[in-house]
Amino acid sequence: MTATLAAPATLSASAALAAPVTLPLGRALNAGLRRAMEDDPKVVLLGEDIGKLGGVFRITDGLQKDFGPTRVIDTPLAESGIVGTAVGLAFRGYRPVVEIQFDGFIYPAFDQIVSQVAKLHYRTGGNVKMPITIRVPYGGGIGAVEHHSESPEGYFAQTAGLRVVSCSNAADANVMLRQAIASDDPVLFFEPKRRYWQKGEVDVTASIADAYPLHKARVVRAGTDATVIAYGPLVATALQAADVAAGEGRSLEVIDLRSLSPLDMDTIAASVRKTGRLVVTHEAATFMGIGAEIAARVQEQCFYSLEAPVQRVGGFTIPYPPAKLEEYFLPDADRILDAVDRSFQG
Amino acid sequence: MDTTFSAAVDDTLIQIVTPEGVRTEPTMYSELVGDITTEKLRDLYEDLVVVRRIDAEATALQRQGELGLWAPMLGQEAAQVGSARALERDDFVFASYREHGVAYCRGVDPTQMLRFWRGSTQSGWDPYEYNMTTPAIIVGSQALHATGYGLGMKFDGAEGAVITYFGDGATSQGDISEALGFAASFGAPVVFFCQNNQWAISEPVTVQTHITIAERGRGFGVPALRVDGNDVLAVLAATRTALARAREGSGPTLIEAVTYRMGPHTTSDDPSRYRPAALDDEWRRKDPIDRIERLLEREGAMDESFRQRVKERADATAADLRRGCLGTVEPGPMSLFDHVYADPHPLIAEERRAYAAYLAGFEGAVKS
Repeated sequence: MTATLAAPATLSASAALAAPVTLPLGRALNAGLRRAMEDDPKVVLLGEDIGKLGGVFRITDGLQKDFGPTRVIDTPLAESGIVGTAVGLAFRGYRPVVEIQFDGFIYPAFDQIVSQVAKLHYRTGGNVKMPITIRVPYGGGIGAVEHHSESPEGYFAQTAGLRVVSCSNAADANVMLRQAIASDDPVLFFEPKRRYWQKGEVDVTASIADAYPLHKARVVRAGTDATVIAYGPLVATALQAADVAAGEGRSLEVIDLRSLSPLDMDTIAASVRKTGRLVVTHEAATFMGIGAEIAARVQEQCFYSLEAPVQRVGGFTIPYPPAKLEEYFLPDADRILDAVDRSFQG
Repeated sequence: MDTTFSAAVDDTLIQIVTPEGVRTEPTMYSELVGDITTEKLRDLYEDLVVVRRIDAEATALQRQGELGLWAPMLGQEAAQVGSARALERDDFVFASYREHGVAYCRGVDPTQMLRFWRGSTQSGWDPYEYNMTTPAIIVGSQALHATGYGLGMKFDGAEGAVITYFGDGATSQGDISEALGFAASFGAPVVFFCQNNQWAISEPVTVQTHITIAERGRGFGVPALRVDGNDVLAVLAATRTALARAREGSGPTLIEAVTYRMGPHTTSDDPSRYRPAALDDEWRRKDPIDRIERLLEREGAMDESFRQRVKERADATAADLRRGCLGTVEPGPMSLFDHVYADPHPLIAEERRAYAAYLAGFEGAVKS
């Protein structure tokens, strides 16, 4: 049965919901947080404006009202403080979920994330766990001002001790967030903010015990001629490119990477061995990016299956541009298709 | 106990024993240590002597090439012993990297402290076993962790309190300001214990602040005390006051323990390049151990057999430390990959496998 919620704000106890329901990605995250908080009293939320306001994107809407101010904590405006406090709560046995208001605001917390959150398990010989989830609305496409459209995931994927994931659709948003919160490791959870309003079917009552593994990539469209790897906001773009390519008689296989650390190389390599061609796309800078890592690993593991050099479609080596220019900056279906063409020009 | 005091800063230095070993006029603070009988004062004296000896032995071990580095605490014994002896077992300590005296008081085997500096481990002990974290090298970060832990204690309705140690240099870090702000906003049961040892490597405290560190608490609404950090009884009293406030739900307190780092920042540092010897001499006269020795002498409690007993205890601890250090079994190469993640991570597993295979290729393969 599929039901559409007319007024998502009335989403109350998740058990009362029929499953699956159609929800925008943002509401699916909200339902995921709610479910995680119901399932484990040690789950606490920290962030700026996440209480009465429900967060600037309303992802925590209604949670403070139902769980109280000690489970949904409005913090002072200090990112290092938010993450550092979460570290202490984790020390005490809590499972903090931190909201970083916008991607570009994460840098003041960078030290706490890479020096403390990522390393404490290692530094303490495994005695102290850091089951912290750091939610980051990221990426461009919403016409925002400076510091509100960045893609910093590569910094974190390069840091040992962190797990880094990004969801691309409502169903994954719901389940992956709950899986991230249940993980005993810290997880950087990148939310594609321009897809917050994209609707999809979500089973909010599903158990995470038998859910699709958090760190497994997913072939979201099968194809035979070339593989396109995307994650987060660009999965929809890659699927759009595959639609266009199909009209031109080219069959693209699209992989939603989902996890940036660890990387699911098995799924990637299997696809490349099948298609012989690979295009990797992300909004983050191409230089030293996730795509570079994937290209390097693919040539190590699939060199003799490749029909053409791996192509990358990503951000230029410039700061995120003004909103009026972002359409030129962001990878779109045309740029992905252009890269596919290049891989056929051998 | 009356623990109310104004949020406005009283910059008077709390002192109970003068450098000459004379008790000052009774105040509310001396009443707070009224239970410290001669016997307990002798115990504190023993602590001071033993931790100084641990520090000296570790410094010697570094000079002999057994440790990569050591951060000496010479001169700061009273600040550490006085504050640590105010703690209960359930209290939790978020330390910096110079708190060897605090670790000793928490029951940590000195050998465990050394292995971090030897480079044999990243930690040395299980924080939950002693309710004390292992060294935090990024200065100031631990104050935020203490605040979060304290918040968790408050949510849990726990009896205990949290204390976090940092130096005067750390007070310039944003994390200390953020921790004071968060702790004040949430009423977290945290004692912020600053050992103002006057030097952040080569920079005098005047480079960090032109007001007292205690005064800085005021801007955050955190009551602050300024205490003679070389007076073990005054530090004990001040810390008891702050802990009592935390336990009764009155929130955080900042303590500025005014002391002096008699040695280098670490064994790699050379204070003669930046510090006038006359200043060292001035502080040598305020030595935290000498003054308790003088007090005990004045009170007729410093006899030869006691002195001998303390010396033997310090010698024995140092001998254990040396034996433990030299007997360290160094971890094998495959332990590089241990504990990076709590759950299995395929890329770590892949690197571990590849490195094991590489090592196995050598004749008389390297131990794992």
